Amino acid sequence: MKKLSARRRHPLAALVVLLLALAATGGLYAAFAPADKAQADVAAQSLAIDEGKRLFAVGCSSCHGINGQGSSEGPSLVGVGSAAVDFQVGTGRMPAQQPGAQVPRKPKIYTQGEIDQLAAYISSLGPGPIAPKPEQYNSTNPDDISKGGELFRTNCAQCHNFAGQGGALTKGKYAPSLEGVDAKHIYEAMQTGPQNMPSFPDSTMPEEQKKQIVAFVRHTTNDEPNPGGLTLGSLGPVTEGLFGWIFGLGTLIAVAIWVAAHTTKAKKS
Amino acid sequence: MSHDMSEDKLPEPHGSAGEVADHGNPFADPGLPAHEPRRTDIDERAAKRAERQVSLMFVISMIATIGFIASYVAIDPDRIVYIFPLGHVSALNFALGLTLGVALFMIGAGAVHWARTLMSDVEMPSERHPIEASDEVRNDVIEQFKTGAAESGFGRRKMIRNTLIGSMALVPLSGVVLLRDLGPLPEKKLQETGWREATPAKPLALVNMSTMQPMKPEDLVVGSLTFAMPEGLTTHDEDFQQRIAKDALMLVRIAPEDIKDDKSKDLGFEGILAYSKICTHVGCPISLYEQQTHHALCPCHQSTFDLADGARVIFGPAGHPLPQLKITTDDKGNLVATGDFEKPVGPSFWERAR
Repeated sequence: MKKLSARRRHPLAALVVLLLALAATGGLYAAFAPADKAQADVAAQSLAIDEGKRLFAVGCSSCHGINGQGSSEGPSLVGVGSAAVDFQVGTGRMPAQQPGAQVPRKPKIYTQGEIDQLAAYISSLGPGPIAPKPEQYNSTNPDDISKGGELFRTNCAQCHNFAGQGGALTKGKYAPSLEGVDAKHIYEAMQTGPQNMPSFPDSTMPEEQKKQIVAFVRHTTNDEPNPGGLTLGSLGPVTEGLFGWIFGLGTLIAVAIWVAAHTTKAKKS
Repeated sequence: MSHDMSEDKLPEPHGSAGEVADHGNPFADPGLPAHEPRRTDIDERAAKRAERQVSLMFVISMIATIGFIASYVAIDPDRIVYIFPLGHVSALNFALGLTLGVALFMIGAGAVHWARTLMSDVEMPSERHPIEASDEVRNDVIEQFKTGAAESGFGRRKMIRNTLIGSMALVPLSGVVLLRDLGPLPEKKLQETGWREATPAKPLALVNMSTMQPMKPEDLVVGSLTFAMPEGLTTHDEDFQQRIAKDALMLVRIAPEDIKDDKSKDLGFEGILAYSKICTHVGCPISLYEQQTHHALCPCHQSTFDLADGARVIFGPAGHPLPQLKITTDDKGNLVATGDFEKPVGPSFWERAR
């Protein structure tokens, strides 16, 4: 100590003190500040996971197993990712009402906050497709809509109909109508392949193309006017033929009956 | 209308004309009921009014036709209007349909009204008569036929008869020969597809029809569906539609333990199976794939194929499984085909081997 204090007036003493002070400040900052932030993130994340686990135990575990490992009633959820949870719970399909050919869309039961917590828990079980952000699926660019139409007709229209009206599959299963479905949920369905729908992962259908397909579906089911008049569900010749036979021919028959029912004779018989 | 007409112009009610004359015979012909005149037959004012009504309908038709031409000229084809209950529709289409419909309907309605009110409606019976000819005519015709047969010597000169029959039988052959001009013979076109250009030495890459890029096996996850076509084919090719109608592939990836057919598993690559997208019934594109049941459904006639079992037909009219293309990877790790389908793709045909 004595040695040190003896050199306190050395010309370089100030520099040494300055360096020490800087190193201490920097070191302390490095030791505390980011750690606080990271801890806060981890804390929030683990809180969400804990909350999600609690919700899962109440609402989902009877079919999917207490740890999401699956059972005879429901598949394993390890590795399905947050996109699958957001789709299934966000469209009200899960929790399912009853077993059957297909679980239908219905009003959702959980709030978006709870869905995010469930998604956080399921994501913690294993990596999987991540729920998209709005900039990944929101586009009203006419270019995107046009390219999305081509992609939709190549990849989706065989089941969901050229206008996104849906259609029948085998043994009571069906491709649902895309009318009124959130852009995010359409995107997630392509990512994850819910129920019997095949998936279209980013490796075979890049994010940009998914965005274009969503843009097309939103446009064609919401905004697009129909120059021809009544769409009759855009189901094609079956409904159009039925309409023609029932209402077209029906009107003609009604007119014919009306004409015949009104005699021109001077004396009513 | 009736108040316009004075009672004295009405005809006397007819009494016995329509009644059965012979009470002893319940099946006696009652005869025709007496003709009843129409208002327009007995009241000149009613006839004039009907004439004006018919003319009015024809005039409305004319106005509608002028309206059709005017809308065609005046309305912008891109204009969209809201019309209940049709929704947002093209103003031009709506106007054209409405005016043409009114124009045609009014011609018809006018004609019907004209016929009902003004053209004569007096019943004119036309009695039926026997269809059979009289015995005299029949005998005469038979006699003429026999005379003709005897004079021609058809029965006596057998050589003429036989050569005539022969020449008549051969004439249709010229028509059969001309069928050859319908086009070139199909040769092996039905048996092979664009994938025939692939060989083990020079394989053809499978091109993803969404990205138009070759694929690696790790790009395809279990449960995914991807459509592919051969490398070198582009959508701008002149014969693209003809070629894609035979070359189109659907790629599915099934967990290897779920694949029931060993041969199908060998033709695939690590559970990635490449099936023809063309239904073997009448050639519809078939890709309604259910990833949990591994069934592919054809939308045309509901033929269902189990893609986990060599595309066996499990329902519907299709007669053959979907042909499967043998795939592997090349030195760049891309999925490639090394040859054509083993079986012809698409619907059955005459020379197709079982």
